Amino acid sequence: MANENLNDDALLTRWAEDDYAFGFVSNIEQDIDPKGLNSDVVRLISARKGEPDWLLEWRLKAFEHWQKMPVPEWAHLEIPPLDFQDISYYAAPKAAKKLESLDELDPEIKATYDKLGIPLEEQLILAGVAVDAVLDSVSVATTYKARLAEQGIVFCSFSEAVHEHPELVRRSLGKVVPYTDNFYAALNSAVFSDGSFVYIPKGVRCPMELSTYFRINAAGTGQFERTLIVAEEGAYVSYLEGCTAPKRDENQLHAAVVELVAMDDAEIRYATVQNWYPGDAQGVGGIYNFVTKRGLCRGRRSKISWTQVETGSAITWKYPSVVLQGDDSTGEFYSVALAARAQQADTGTKMIHIGRNTTSRIVSKGISAGRGQNAYRGLVKVRESAVNARNYSQCDSLLMGDRCGAHTYPYFEINCPDAQVEHEATTSKIEEDLLYYCQQRGLPTEEAIALIVNGYAKEVLDKLPMEFAVEARKLLAISLEGSVG
Amino acid sequence: MTLQKPTLLQIRNLFASVQNRTILQGLNLEVPTGEVHAIMGPNGSGKSTLSHVLAGRPGYDIQGEVLMDGQDLLALEPEERAWLGVFLAFQYPVEIPGVSNTNFMRSAVNKVRSERGLAPLEAGDFLKHLREKAALVQLDPSYLSRPVNLGFSGGEKKRNEIFQLAMLEPRLAILDETDSGLDIDALRIVAEGVNSLRNNQNSFLVITHYQRLLDYIRPDVVHVLMDGRIVRSGDYTLALELESKGYDWLRDEVKSNA
Repeated sequence: MANENLNDDALLTRWAEDDYAFGFVSNIEQDIDPKGLNSDVVRLISARKGEPDWLLEWRLKAFEHWQKMPVPEWAHLEIPPLDFQDISYYAAPKAAKKLESLDELDPEIKATYDKLGIPLEEQLILAGVAVDAVLDSVSVATTYKARLAEQGIVFCSFSEAVHEHPELVRRSLGKVVPYTDNFYAALNSAVFSDGSFVYIPKGVRCPMELSTYFRINAAGTGQFERTLIVAEEGAYVSYLEGCTAPKRDENQLHAAVVELVAMDDAEIRYATVQNWYPGDAQGVGGIYNFVTKRGLCRGRRSKISWTQVETGSAITWKYPSVVLQGDDSTGEFYSVALAARAQQADTGTKMIHIGRNTTSRIVSKGISAGRGQNAYRGLVKVRESAVNARNYSQCDSLLMGDRCGAHTYPYFEINCPDAQVEHEATTSKIEEDLLYYCQQRGLPTEEAIALIVNGYAKEVLDKLPMEFAVEARKLLAISLEGSVG
Repeated sequence: MTLQKPTLLQIRNLFASVQNRTILQGLNLEVPTGEVHAIMGPNGSGKSTLSHVLAGRPGYDIQGEVLMDGQDLLALEPEERAWLGVFLAFQYPVEIPGVSNTNFMRSAVNKVRSERGLAPLEAGDFLKHLREKAALVQLDPSYLSRPVNLGFSGGEKKRNEIFQLAMLEPRLAILDETDSGLDIDALRIVAEGVNSLRNNQNSFLVITHYQRLLDYIRPDVVHVLMDGRIVRSGDYTLALELESKGYDWLRDEVKSNA
């Protein structure tokens, strides 16, 4: 009869070949370094950016440390051995000298961002979102800089910050994520090329959303960007990042580090919509997204909130965390992670309670479809000093079809007897009756799934700024096309 | 002289089985446009199966013919039937966490409209439509922003079904035991809603155990479904007869005729 395809295995495995809309390659003249990594490459990257000696020293120490570190293997991921000598560590558009204004930008680069729906012309930017665009290894444009500067806000590429605000960078670089932290953080510290830097002075509420758009374009390269955000006493900033990459059969490494510092009464909201190329249904190609993100609630009553929508990448290894050092500080983690096709995700958070009366909240929504494997891994650690700490964790998994997997690894290390820690976890499937009900109202299966999944993820999507929420909803729908189960 | 009303729904020799158990056994039924037909019958006679076979629920083995406006309904997906104008008010409506009633209806109404070649409703028009129809079944406006059916009482869910019916303006509305779980006041509200939606362009198939609902929604024809077949059809007085005498006498009669 008419409806037997509801369970049709063919539908389960069908993936439209063109469903990754951002898979194009831009024809931009680029300088790409030869493949390979040694201390000379580190020196070359630093020299090219005219970096001060202290930064070169730091990079070299990181590189030395990295060489002694084993590749981490504890995650629920199958990662093919990576050849770190087969990657180029620096790629930049040829015209990447400092731009006086956006008019000087290579039209092809501008066209790339237009295609991505990220207009760089200041007058076109909706709702006052300031954008920093990072193409491969360098930042190509930062908008609204002048307006922000009037309030003492610094929003620029990392390289620029090293030259113009060296004291601010030096004070915080590596203080939240030291280069000894983990293998990929060490690698990033040695070879990071660019990224964004944000500084919000005391008492300033950043008047617009700040946003960085990351784009990998060059083949055979890795992207290693570094973002540092410092919010001084009483400051507030909301920051967004988006990411895409061309469709290629090779795997490309993206190993970023993000560090956030919030002083007394400061608040940082950091949102990510990650849509790196996920590879095809057979698991060929796609980005390896191995990222270290951590925020330090250094001041009293400070607050750091991570929101992430992870739909892309072949493999995601990422645990945006908060160290709750200041008394009465708050950490939040809201996540939607989707693993479809042959994608693998091992993602979650760490909430480290150190100060008194610290609070953390974790809401994780995993979605597994196709042959996707999705793991939530989260640590709640309450130190002896963290009197009256509270945590609430909720980890939900949604499974579509019978060839995907969902795994939950919650860890609790509670060293303070009065801590209140709550953990809830659910696993569910999209029931046939629910799909049938939606279909009866006129919604075809795929639209019904998009609706149901968006409903499931609503609590997290609601945390995103409006424009990003709309994009994220569409992304979830597109990423699930053909994954009826 | 009365004009012959065109047939909206034509069911011929319909068999349906699930897991090798045959539930519908050669059912015949014809519903003209603009009429309300009631289907009554004892437990297990196949009433709900009939409603789901018409709506296209997966899982049944089906033989026979179902035509709507001459189109082969059985060849269509559930959503395609909805686009043609089939609506089923579920006996057990499901819950959709995180999706508000408003959002759900906006998706459904605009999808159905686009499939019928109509432009999507402008936000203002949609809200007006939404409020009007909610008022029709006295659905508190706060229910519009709540997730579909989540935490609704049994009666509220049924009322929400009729609200959706009103929103989607179907040509063939099937009410599957909408009266079960409704108290007498709610029953009257739901029935008044249905009555106000009746016109000479649409038809209703009202499936019920009890004659009570038919006091409020007066059918043109009453059919009795027994053992997967329509065994008797008549006017409203047949429902009264069943109410007072039960089904056994009819079963005996059918047996002795066979």
